[in-house]
Amino acid sequence: MADELETFRREVRDWLEANCPSEMRTPMRSEKDVCWGGRNFTFASDAQKQWLEVMAQRGWTVPDWPKEYGGGGLSPAEAKVLKQEMAALGCRVPLQSFGISMLGPALLEYGTEEQKLEHLPKIARGEIRWCQGYSEPNAGSDLASLATSAEDKGDHFLVNGQKVWTSYADQADWIFCLVRTDTSQKQGGISFLLFDMESEGVSTKPILLISGSSPFCETFFDDVKVPKDQVLGEINQGWTVAKYLLGHEREMISGMGGRAQGPSLSEYALGKLGRDEQGRLDDPVLRARIAMFEVRSHAFAAMSERFMDRLKAGRIHPAQPSMMKYYGTELNKDRHELLMAAGGSDALEWESESSGEGKAARAWLRTKANSIEGGTSEIQLNIIAKRILELPEG
Amino acid sequence: MPLFLDETQETLADTVRPFMAGEAPVAHLRALRDADDPAGFSRDLWRQFGEMGFTGVLVDEADGGLGMGHVEAGIVLEEIGRNLTPSPFLGTAVGAVEALRAADAALKQAWLPGIVSGETVAALALDESARHRPQSVALKAERQGNGFRLTGTKQFVAFGHEADMLIVSARSSGDVADEDGVTLFAVPRSQPGVSVVSARLADSSFAARVEFDGVELDGSAVIGEVDDGRATLNRILSGVRAGASSEMVGVAEGASAMTLDYIKQRKQFGRIIGSYQALQHRAAHLYSEMEVARAATLKAQQSLDAGSADEDRDASVAKAMAGMASSLAVREAVQMHGGIGMTDEYDVGFFMKRQRVLAEMFGDADFHADRLARMEGY
Repeated sequence: MADELETFRREVRDWLEANCPSEMRTPMRSEKDVCWGGRNFTFASDAQKQWLEVMAQRGWTVPDWPKEYGGGGLSPAEAKVLKQEMAALGCRVPLQSFGISMLGPALLEYGTEEQKLEHLPKIARGEIRWCQGYSEPNAGSDLASLATSAEDKGDHFLVNGQKVWTSYADQADWIFCLVRTDTSQKQGGISFLLFDMESEGVSTKPILLISGSSPFCETFFDDVKVPKDQVLGEINQGWTVAKYLLGHEREMISGMGGRAQGPSLSEYALGKLGRDEQGRLDDPVLRARIAMFEVRSHAFAAMSERFMDRLKAGRIHPAQPSMMKYYGTELNKDRHELLMAAGGSDALEWESESSGEGKAARAWLRTKANSIEGGTSEIQLNIIAKRILELPEG
Repeated sequence: MPLFLDETQETLADTVRPFMAGEAPVAHLRALRDADDPAGFSRDLWRQFGEMGFTGVLVDEADGGLGMGHVEAGIVLEEIGRNLTPSPFLGTAVGAVEALRAADAALKQAWLPGIVSGETVAALALDESARHRPQSVALKAERQGNGFRLTGTKQFVAFGHEADMLIVSARSSGDVADEDGVTLFAVPRSQPGVSVVSARLADSSFAARVEFDGVELDGSAVIGEVDDGRATLNRILSGVRAGASSEMVGVAEGASAMTLDYIKQRKQFGRIIGSYQALQHRAAHLYSEMEVARAATLKAQQSLDAGSADEDRDASVAKAMAGMASSLAVREAVQMHGGIGMTDEYDVGFFMKRQRVLAEMFGDADFHADRLARMEGY
């Protein structure tokens, strides 16, 4: 067993060495280097396109999905080896998408065979980019109070309403969307619809954030016709699917607290502040704060590894993703506070070549949404308190 | 290796848990303290540990032990922590056994059988100052004939007053803070010139100041190579740091289990206080910190067992993280219990006291954060 895994590891390493373009082994410089795929995606380089194609060919954009749906069919242990070997070579993630991290798992769990065969391979190959229609202006933390309606018209639903904080809705091809199909019950009146963003009556409007970027949109539905076979799960059982999927979203966001992202905090600080006579970072209090942060960061990396191992072994409490999301996002915010401190006034520049057009400051502000999107930190703490610690309702 | 307990390890945990809760619950600590027991632990229980195989968990099967690893030692220590069981397990079954791995066959034969059977207690005499600074070793080991003469003082030697043998780090050449020139010795406590002054600590355990007044030893007491003990010293320390982390995880679990029980039944203003969000969020935050500490601790133990290049770093991360998480756990425990948490009659205070001692032992979170920074080059 261990031998087979070692053989697999060598094969993976050799294959990655042979197939990963050298440009795809350098750290991503910015958000622009992320490969999202989709009908209208413009590749940043030939290497990015090639890397996606060879990985999709092997099913390794989604290594642990079944082969018949475009996946690699790898066991959890093999998938972990692939991840480790990619990290060792510095390979970029070939494709990042909400289809992979969120919808795919829900389709695998709740989709009909037709739905799986229709959607999963396109996600795996990066052909269709998905967005998530959950939050509404009056349904944020209290998501189940959502009001976007889907009226039963016999062979189709007629969808009307508004979503907000729809990530990259303006660039997405399809949406997975929570709608109200029954007004008499709260959670029990929600259905999970899949539809094309090019459908008549769909419009989007980007929201300018404090970071100066617009990753989120308002999304409007005005008499949008959606065929009945585009419901995922049963009608009025959408909340179950949504909760399942939110768990995966929380895993993804919590992963942002991992150690692989961006430049090392201490290297950045050393570059800005230099060393004292004993070779230590020349700012003793900031050094101590960074060191304390790094303790948590390393510990959380172990936590992430443990979480994924247990998840794959089916040994996770269903509310555990809330803990990962809470801790990972708070840690990521702390990291950016420390980056800003290390950068001093340089990091405050918003529009200058030397600051990469305010890269540090914009990234710092962007992280503030980490503990709001996908359920606020406070909501995660509520979930942990009630579902894991079994504390009573107020 | 997945970062959770495998089936064999779960089985061990299923054995240790009821044993510790049955034989040595918090009431056992309270009874020893109230009786002003001069040993501060039970020799009978220590022999039972031997019968159960616990004391030999890290000892090779060839030497009569279970031949298991730090993960398994951690399983025992977590239950010791959860029950606040006074036990020389950490210093003996982890620290001294890890030291003796580097020793020759004769020295192993001299000490391991007694440890495995639960007859022998060993203690680590490594600290020389109130703050943990193992990089400086001042206690002198001067060559004398075929042997050595030890002169100096060690402190914070847990169970030093009852130990049959002391693992001692000594300066055999060079300057106080040199990497090289450190030699490790296994010193019988009965050796002429060894004097022990023990003090009861806040948690009612005992730690000793041990004076070595020209203690004469022959070469057979040397562990490993003369002047070359630093690597073994580091490995002992990584082992006991990871072990202390497990014990702290157990202490935190014990304290927070009591606290959750309490806030689920205590009523004020006509409501169960655990239904208030002010307490729920703090309890949930604490849970998160404890989960992260548990992961870091298991990671360190797996690294040690695998001989990973990261074992030193992982041990420091574990000790710092478990120190911080368990500190939060006991502080929240006392606070959430309110007035009753301040009474001696109630057990929760014992957890606070034990945590404070373990947090200090082998370096606190500040020490290990600084050590991590050095290892990572800033």
